[in-house]
Amino acid sequence: MKVAIASGKGGTGKTTIATSLSHLAANLNHRTVYADCDVEEPNGHLFLKPDIRDTRSAGVLVPVVNEDACIHCGLCGDVCLYNAIVTLGGRVLVYPDLCHNCGGCALLCPVGVICETSHEIGTIDRGKSGTLQYIAGRLNVGQISCTPLIRAVKQDIPKADLVIIDAPPGTACPLIETLHDCDLALLVTEPTPFGLHDLKRAVQVARTLDLPVAVIINRADIGNGDVRDYCASESIRIIAEIPNDRRVAEAYSQAKLITSAIDEYTPLFTGMLADIIEYGKCTN
Amino acid sequence: MHELTIISGKGGTGKTTITSSFAVLANNHVLADADVDAANLHVLFRPQTLHAEPFSGGYHAEIISAHCNGCGKCREICRFHAISASNGQFTIDDLHCEGCGICYHVCPENAIDLAPASTGDVITAQARCGPMVYAELNIAEENSGKLVTQVRAQAQKLAKQHDCDTILIDGPPGLGCPVIASLTGVNLVLIVAEPTPSSMHDMQRVIELATHFNIETCICVNKWDLNQSMTADIEKCAEQHGVQLAGRVRYDQAVTDAQVNGKAIVEYTDNEAAQDVRRVWEYVSQRLR
Amino acid sequence: MRIAITSTGPDTDSQVDLRFGRAAYFVVVDTDTGLSTSHSNTQNLNAAQGAGLQAAKKVADLGVEAIITGNIGPKAFSALAAANIKSYLGATGTVSETLKLFNAGSLQETTTPNVAGHWT
Repeated sequence: MKVAIASGKGGTGKTTIATSLSHLAANLNHRTVYADCDVEEPNGHLFLKPDIRDTRSAGVLVPVVNEDACIHCGLCGDVCLYNAIVTLGGRVLVYPDLCHNCGGCALLCPVGVICETSHEIGTIDRGKSGTLQYIAGRLNVGQISCTPLIRAVKQDIPKADLVIIDAPPGTACPLIETLHDCDLALLVTEPTPFGLHDLKRAVQVARTLDLPVAVIINRADIGNGDVRDYCASESIRIIAEIPNDRRVAEAYSQAKLITSAIDEYTPLFTGMLADIIEYGKCTN
Repeated sequence: MHELTIISGKGGTGKTTITSSFAVLANNHVLADADVDAANLHVLFRPQTLHAEPFSGGYHAEIISAHCNGCGKCREICRFHAISASNGQFTIDDLHCEGCGICYHVCPENAIDLAPASTGDVITAQARCGPMVYAELNIAEENSGKLVTQVRAQAQKLAKQHDCDTILIDGPPGLGCPVIASLTGVNLVLIVAEPTPSSMHDMQRVIELATHFNIETCICVNKWDLNQSMTADIEKCAEQHGVQLAGRVRYDQAVTDAQVNGKAIVEYTDNEAAQDVRRVWEYVSQRLR
Repeated sequence: MRIAITSTGPDTDSQVDLRFGRAAYFVVVDTDTGLSTSHSNTQNLNAAQGAGLQAAKKVADLGVEAIITGNIGPKAFSALAAANIKSYLGATGTVSETLKLFNAGSLQETTTPNVAGHWT
């Protein structure tokens, strides 16, 4: 099964939970993959310290114009809503970083002088951390759109019993691309007004995709009861509450997995994992 | 006009905590929330809405089923797998439609409509700390450089109207187009870091970006006492990049309590953490002059 | 010589717009006759991306040989160069004041973009 660990708001503990759960699942002999789809800021490797065995370039198709045969009709520039291709002064200029890779210019060119070539937008690392399989996308600095890279990471995810996806923050296209085809969205939040505001948006996105949701409340003993009230009123299951523990913050700041750093957290995470796996059985 | 952008790379480092306090401490300013995907300043300040301006970004395609002959050309050429058919009825899934409009061009029956997509509203409001601008996105819509630009333009307009000399901009996370749009042309960038490997990693990427645009940059380390040696590493790393330290803010439970009570930390208490934030503001406001 | 000056308003008394791609107007002046026309740039102002490129295309279509603005990024600069349009930076004050500077030869033609892309 594929579980996406997401949160509308950044910094709620998404990566901490995703890495600890993945590590634990692998140690309990589940064939597990940790997939980092937070491609703008992939940080899972800091905690899992994987042995990277393969890095590949991930690209998108961008146009190349054979200017010698071009009749400079300007159609390509007219159909491109992203201004990535412009005809000017008898030349055709292509700006790959504005291109959304729709292929329209190549398709519609009346004289067929536009072909497409791959343009790197990021890299995909694959490796292992113990028995845990690791895969992560890393967007090149200055690239605008990360959804094609997320799509590429997801296509490269090896077969496994359990895939834990570290989702990008926010509630927009990158999250939608990540949640697509998942079996469960596990939303990590904090019991604060900001946490609640962003949780509501994440729930809306998951529900738009008809994806079941469950919630993990992190730093559960801070803030107020509004997140719990909201979950109760929306019939959203809270599968775990993680206390606000300075030791957790310290483990995080030392790039340690919670379950490795603090023994007493193992039962909590084991319970969470059992819940998730049970959930997968019910839906399959 | 002085513009300050507060940014963090990684989320959850306390950017909004710092920005909200600055908004309370600054005089004669406009507050702009460019962290559109997780706009939280209005959750804290609960401002009174004065004006909502619809915002459109990009396009959405729609199939007019009465004109569709079911040839399937559109589905064939759509790179985003946004077009599907059931019982001969073709439909476009808005969530996957990239708005490229190529289906509109290939449809032999002119059965596809291409119209500007509504993405949300830019909201002008009055908060207790002064005028503010933020955006509310429709569900599953995303922040963009254009939207950040619009939020900033509205803030500049307000600043002129109210004769304000400072604009405080709460920047978006990440390094993409919205971040770039929140940085270009501002007078100063404050990076809010925390002593964690993720934050340090992201801070370096943000510094690279700000340096690329030749913008003056400083950092403050929030929750610095959680890992003192990492704080020292972060400060050293910033220094190596020629970025000065604006101050440190200690870890304090009161920060969350303030948020739950709908207050900025400097409104809620005058404890040591609040004083830390005040000192960072003193540094930053000096640099802005 | 026909030149386009980026402007915040439609006439020569308007303040210059320091942005090229997202300028509000282009005021086109024929320096030989002194006649001017103004052209709204609203469409580009609202472009999601690549406004500088569309602006370059627009001024090329207006048949100008040079543009005067405040700042120019790399994409717009390369597009203008492709159309053999010269770029002059350092516009300041109103359109007519900038024009005086240009006529007096005080503005330098630039051979490189002066700001990174995404200048807003």
